[in-house]
Amino acid sequence: MNYIFYFLIVISIIVGAINGKLSDVVNAILSGAELSVKVAFSLIGIMCFWLGIMKIAEQSGLVELLAKIIKPITKHLFKEIPEESSAIGDIAMNFSANALGLANAATPIGIKAMKELQRLNKDKKSASNAMCMLLAMNTAGFQLIPATVIAVLIGIGYKNPTEIIAPTLLVTSITFLSAITISKIFEKFWKPQKESN
Amino acid sequence: MFHTLMNIISLWALPAIIVIILTVGLLRKVPLYETFTDGAKDGFHVAVNIIPYLVAIIVAISMLRASGLIEMTSHALAPILNFFNVPADTIPVMIVRSLSGLAALGVFSDIAHNLGPDAYATKLAAIMVGSSETTFYVLAVYFGSVKISKFRYALIVGLIADFIGIVAAISVCNLMF
Repeated sequence: MNYIFYFLIVISIIVGAINGKLSDVVNAILSGAELSVKVAFSLIGIMCFWLGIMKIAEQSGLVELLAKIIKPITKHLFKEIPEESSAIGDIAMNFSANALGLANAATPIGIKAMKELQRLNKDKKSASNAMCMLLAMNTAGFQLIPATVIAVLIGIGYKNPTEIIAPTLLVTSITFLSAITISKIFEKFWKPQKESN
Repeated sequence: MFHTLMNIISLWALPAIIVIILTVGLLRKVPLYETFTDGAKDGFHVAVNIIPYLVAIIVAISMLRASGLIEMTSHALAPILNFFNVPADTIPVMIVRSLSGLAALGVFSDIAHNLGPDAYATKLAAIMVGSSETTFYVLAVYFGSVKISKFRYALIVGLIADFIGIVAAISVCNLMF
């Protein structure tokens, strides 16, 4: 990440200078910083809401039930996580919310799962295998119905916007399966985490 | 028929989940209001905690977009991708979709409005945007929330999967349209 951070910023400045867009690049620092805070603050309310709802789902045993249903799959994906961990249920909820296109619900629930994985993590600064797997599931962006894209297509008078659902679903499934497979492969060959408190 | 069904699912998914959770909670005698507020109180903390991580990623990506590098890369890639029957208009979508979801949607809307509903580029861009998630943003938010700074292989896996997604989108689109 250190190199990527350095690369993104230094390359932007050099390329910006070559293109004569250096002032735009400098302005982007301000607008980007502002946008970050806006994004974070816009998350507060919805984060509270879903964390609250999830707490009810947890207390009523719903999360546990969902965790039981998907256990045969998660057992293989998240080997280090004890079977009775609450993270499993949260991961199942996170996946379901993503699949239904409910990004606003998926993020807070995913973060909740992340916190539980962090509690089980042996090195608090580096990502555990389970965390990398959860990230792989989320960055692949599995979704049953691409609602926003369809909305744009309807907006331009696309006659049959639902015809893109099947190809999109196929592509997103391929991506999702590749992501978890690659993550599993990397897990075996990547340098293991160091033990710390 | 299929269309209306999809609309109903999109419309009802969220309310249905909320009603189910609340109803089961009530039946199981969970103190709903108390439990809700107890869970919700962490929301502010989590959101504020991710700000430094978001600033690092979003500022770097905003700078990259302002520098014109994405347009330059698109130009450089155009001849190669032309060979695979990929319209040049869709190249910015491929580059931008791992970096910024809003930008990807913006580029896609531009293509859709400029080239119209019948263009191959519109369909390809639709599939590419619909099947992707903003890898860098997800990384910043999820790892930021638990203060993880060493991502290990998570970013590489995300980017390889994004690449596979692009190849899959091009292949599927070639076969179907």
